[in-house]
Amino acid sequence: MTHSDPYINRSADWSKPTDLGGGSAFSPAEDRLKMAASLKCFLRSGKNAVSALRRREFHRSAPAAVQMTVRDALNQAMDEELERDERVFLMGEEVAQYDGAYKVSRGLWKKYGDKRIIDTPITEMGFAGIAVGAAMAGLRPICEFMTFNFSMQAIDQVINSAAKTYYMSAGLQPVPIVFRGPNGASAGVAAQHSQCFAAWYAHCPGLKVVSPWNSEDAKGLLKSAIRDDNPVVFLENELMYGVPFEMSEESQSKDFTVPIGKAKVERQGNHVTVVSHSRYVSHCLDAAAVLAKEGIECEVVNLRTIRPMDVESIETSVMKTNHLVTVEGGWPQFGVGAEICARIMEGPAFNYLDSPVTRVTGVDIPMPYAKILEDHSLPQIKDIIFSIKKTLNV
Amino acid sequence: MQNMLTIISSALCRITGKNVLLIDLSDCSLVQLEPADPNPIPGLSSPTNPAAAVTRRAALTLCGARVVVSRSFADFTPQATFDIKKCDLHRLEEGPSQKAELTREQGLQYYRTMQTVRRMELKADQLYKQKIIRGFCHLYDGQEACAAGIEAAINPSDHLITAYRAHGYTYTRGVPVKEILAELTGRKGGVAKGKGGSMHMYAPHFYGGNGIVGAQVPLGAGIALACQYQGNNQICVTLYGDGAANQGQLFESFNMAALWKLPCIFICENNKYGMGTSVERASASTDYYKRGDFIPGMRVDGMDVLCVREATKFAADHCRSGKGPIIMELQTYRYHGHSMSDPGVSYRTREEIQEVRSKSDPISVLKERMLSNNMASAEEFKEIDIEIRKEVEDAAQFATSDPEPPLEELCNHIFYNSPPLEVRGTHPWSKLKSTS
Repeated sequence: MTHSDPYINRSADWSKPTDLGGGSAFSPAEDRLKMAASLKCFLRSGKNAVSALRRREFHRSAPAAVQMTVRDALNQAMDEELERDERVFLMGEEVAQYDGAYKVSRGLWKKYGDKRIIDTPITEMGFAGIAVGAAMAGLRPICEFMTFNFSMQAIDQVINSAAKTYYMSAGLQPVPIVFRGPNGASAGVAAQHSQCFAAWYAHCPGLKVVSPWNSEDAKGLLKSAIRDDNPVVFLENELMYGVPFEMSEESQSKDFTVPIGKAKVERQGNHVTVVSHSRYVSHCLDAAAVLAKEGIECEVVNLRTIRPMDVESIETSVMKTNHLVTVEGGWPQFGVGAEICARIMEGPAFNYLDSPVTRVTGVDIPMPYAKILEDHSLPQIKDIIFSIKKTLNV
Repeated sequence: MQNMLTIISSALCRITGKNVLLIDLSDCSLVQLEPADPNPIPGLSSPTNPAAAVTRRAALTLCGARVVVSRSFADFTPQATFDIKKCDLHRLEEGPSQKAELTREQGLQYYRTMQTVRRMELKADQLYKQKIIRGFCHLYDGQEACAAGIEAAINPSDHLITAYRAHGYTYTRGVPVKEILAELTGRKGGVAKGKGGSMHMYAPHFYGGNGIVGAQVPLGAGIALACQYQGNNQICVTLYGDGAANQGQLFESFNMAALWKLPCIFICENNKYGMGTSVERASASTDYYKRGDFIPGMRVDGMDVLCVREATKFAADHCRSGKGPIIMELQTYRYHGHSMSDPGVSYRTREEIQEVRSKSDPISVLKERMLSNNMASAEEFKEIDIEIRKEVEDAAQFATSDPEPPLEELCNHIFYNSPPLEVRGTHPWSKLKSTS
C-alpha cells in the first residue's frame, strides 16, 4: 500500500476502517464511472494503479458520498463562489482560455466569460498589484500564481500592499484577496520550480496562510478563503491535484466551508503526535498504517492552516501522546516545523514531552533534477517511520 | 461715474489694503432737516461739529445717492478666461483646451486649497525640526498646483492613489489638516489613529500614501479595473514620480491597462529629482509623457493650477469615454529636499530653487492672475491667509497635545471581520489581544 495508490478508500474520517464486506452490486452507470476514473488514474500513475483496479471490487462507497479529485474540488469551490458573489473574479496566467495551467479553472471561462475570468500577461508583479488594487476598491479577486515560485516576483504586493494595509490604515482599508497556486515540489521540475513558501508567507502578520491536503480541505478552505475579508495565501500542491478523495455529503453543499485556523485530527492514536500539512499528510497516514502493524498508534494531525496556526490542537494531542514529530516538504531552517517546536516549548505541552520534538523536512539543498536525487531530497515514508521510532526510542 | 468710482476704489483698496467706501454725492440733494429734532444726537448737530451734521443730513438723504463700496462682489470680475500653456502631445491628435475659464469662486477655492497645503507642509517642517514629527516626512510644497488642479477636475467619487509625498492629496481628498498633522505626530486623533504615519494615510476613494516606490501604480490600475468591472463611470488617478517612472511594474501596468482599456489616468509628477538623482542621470528618456509608448500622453505645466485642471479634465473625459488609459506628465518642482533628512542643496543650487520660487510659484501665479484681472482683492487674499494660518495653528496645537494611541490598540486591525485573536508579545508570557 503506497501513498500514490489513488484508490485507497480515503474517507474524510480516517479512523473508520475500510469496509471490505461483500454487499450489494453497483449500478452499471456507477460502474462505468468508476471504470473511467480508474483508467484515468492508471494513465496518470502508471503501475501503482494496477493494484487499484484489483482492489476496485472491494470498494464500496456510501450512496451519498462522492469521489472527487483535489482539482475538481478546487474548481467546484471557485465555481460556487463565482456564482454566489459577483464581486468574485479570477485572474492569472492561462486561467481562462487555456482552462488553467493545471486545469484547475477548467470550464470557468466558458461559463463566466472575460469579465470574471481574466487571462493576464506574464507579469506577476503587475497583475498581483492590480488584483490588490481591485480588492481595495471593492472587488474580491482570486489571484492565481502559476506556481508560488513566481510569486516572488510579486511578493512586495502580497506583503506590503495586501498584508499590511489594514493595520497601517488602522482599519480604514481592508483587502479581501486570495492568492492561490501550487506550492512546493512537483516532479522533476528542478530547483527554481520546487520551493515551499509556507514559512515565508506564514512569517508575516496580516496574512492568513492555508495549506489544504485532501479534496474536502481544498473545497472548504478555498471557499472560506474567498469569503474571508482578508488576504489569504492558499498553498495548493500540484501532485495532489489528480488524487481523488471521498467527499462527505456535507461537503457537497454549496455552503460547505472549512474554518481557517483549525487543524484536523485525521487519525487517532496514543503513542505519538505526527503533525503535517498538504501532501505529506498522506505520507504520515501511510507511515501510520505501517507502524500500526507494529503496535505503534500514531495520531496524525492535518494542520490545514499554517497561519494562524492551531497550536492548541497540537498541544492537546501532545499532552495525550507525549511525543511529537513534524513532517513537511519545506527546508528545515526557520520552517513550519521549527515554529511548531518553538510554540510547543513555550506552552503547557512542553512538560508532557517525553523526548524532544523531531522535525522531518526536505533536505537543506536546492531541488536537484535527477529522479534518484529528487526522491532523496524530500521526506519519504521510511524517513517518517524511522523518525517516529527514534522519537519513541524503539 | 460708477465705473470711475469702481476703478478708484479698487485702486485705493489695493494701495491701502483697507476697505474704501466711496459715496457719490453728485446727485444728492440736501434737504432741510425737520425743525426741532426731538432727539438730538449728542454732538451731532452742535455747531462745533459741522461735519457730523452734514454726515447725518447726508445719511438722511442717502436714498438718492449712489454708494460705491470697494468690497461689493458686484465689482469684481466674476469670471475670466486665461490663456494657458500648450501641452506637448504624444499619440494625441488634439490636447486640452488652451483657454481656461476661471470664476472668482473657483479661484479663491484653488487659492485656499493650495495655501492650506503650503502652510500645512511648512508647519510639518517646523514640527519635524522640533522632533515632534519623526521618521519619514516628504514635503509637497512647490507642487500644490498638481493636487489642487487634479482635484478640481475630478469628482469626489473618482479614485486617487499616490506615493509617499502624499500630504497634499490627503488634504484634497477630504482629510482635515488636523487629522493629517496628528497622524504625522503619531497621535490617536490622526487619520490612521497614529498607526500609519506620513506615508500611510487613507480616506474614502483615496488609497494613500504608499511607501514602496512604484508599487502604487499597479494598485491604481487595479482600482481602475474595479471601476470598469462595476460599470460606475468612475476613473482612477494614479500618481508616481520621475524616480518611479523607471520601475518595471509601471510598464507591466501600462501594458495591462492598455490591453483592457482601464479607465486610469497615469500621472507622473516630474519634479526633476528622484531623491538626489536628477532626471538626466536616472532616465535614458526624460520624456515621461511618452514612456507609455502605446498609451497617449501629454506634458503639462504643473506649476499652473489651470493647466493641470484642464489637462486632467481632458484626460478624465478620455478615460470615461472608454478609450483606455492616458498618461500626464506634470512638470513641477519641490522646494524641500526629498525628505526632511535631505537639505536638498547638494544636488541642486539654491539659485535654482530661488528662481522657481520667484517666477513660477503656483500660489503666486494664481494670485497675480486674479489680482490683475480684478477678480479679488489683496485684502481678501490676506484674510484667507489669516484664516488658514489659524486653521493650521489650531491643527498643530491639536497634533501636539492629543495623546498617543493607547497600548491596547497595539495589536488591533490585523484582520477585518475576524474574531479576536491572540498575538504573541515580545516574550512568551506576553499574550496580547487583537480585535478587528
